[in-house]
Amino acid sequence: MCLPFLFAQGSGHLTVGAIHKVEGKRNASVQAKIPVTVDAGFHVNSNTPSDDYLIPLKVIWTAKGALEGGELVYPKPSMEKVGGTDKPLSVFTGSLDILANFKVAATATAGPGAVAGKLSYQACNDRMCFPPKTIEISVPYQVD
Amino acid sequence: MLRPSVSVVLFSAVALGSFFVGCSSNTRTVKAASLKPVSDRKPAPDFALKDADGRIVHISDYKGKVVLLDFWATWCGPCRLEIPWFIELQRDNKDRGFEVLGVSMDDNGWEDVKPFLAEMKVNYRVVIGNDETAQIYGGVESLPTTFVIDRDGKIAVVHVGLTTTKKGFEDEVEQLLQPASKVALDRVFVPAFSLRPR
Repeated sequence: MCLPFLFAQGSGHLTVGAIHKVEGKRNASVQAKIPVTVDAGFHVNSNTPSDDYLIPLKVIWTAKGALEGGELVYPKPSMEKVGGTDKPLSVFTGSLDILANFKVAATATAGPGAVAGKLSYQACNDRMCFPPKTIEISVPYQVD
Repeated sequence: MLRPSVSVVLFSAVALGSFFVGCSSNTRTVKAASLKPVSDRKPAPDFALKDADGRIVHISDYKGKVVLLDFWATWCGPCRLEIPWFIELQRDNKDRGFEVLGVSMDDNGWEDVKPFLAEMKVNYRVVIGNDETAQIYGGVESLPTTFVIDRDGKIAVVHVGLTTTKKGFEDEVEQLLQPASKVALDRVFVPAFSLRPR
């Protein structure tokens, strides 16, 4: 509703680095690493925020191609008193890696492809918060 | 026979006026340095947004009152810190021509906002904002963004983020609530000798 306008205006305060290609034969397990950096002085809620009203960092897959699964392993969040809160919040700061575990489908055709997904998050600093944002991500793969 | 001069009479009147204005009001005299001079204030853009009961709220409905217009969201930590301050301001000043009006920027609207308002025991009116409202108020790129609006419907100060304290808001509201005569007397000393009989 109102947030797309805010997206256009706000800066992101989080970047997703290059995701390296994963490679495997049919039925093989492969793991992708999604490197994320939160700008200094900012934090984002973890994937398990301290409060129902807070917006978590999360990755969802929109098209998996020749891969299956995609279970996500988030790093351990830190508990920090931020933004004037009186109780610590479960947040991510600095650099972190999100791991995604896939399996190459038994019926996969050999060759390259990419898994498509979205990473959504909501960033704040000690004085203000910025609207929720979504970044398109892509995990390149090679079926041998 | 001693006859008081006009200047003495006028001086006494001004002095007594100051005394009675000061004594009859239960307000304190404050000067919030953050407030823009009256001549620099711009009118608060009007909007039409629905409150929790579905009634349309215009900012222009509040003309004649001091308004604290707070853009916020349930997911915003610093906003949540300010809300108890605003509850207190509303409680203490609503009978003096003051209102807090919250503009929620929550994407899910009342679904998220109603339970939050109940949980926080919010005692002031809240509407759900939209892109258009954010745009006419300068973009509202981050939350909280709070506008303090004077009785003439003009923006006296804007706070982007948590940039002031509870006391800071109290002082701003208090100064805007002070009767014009009191503010004038506090600000301007009229020397009696400058008043001349015709």
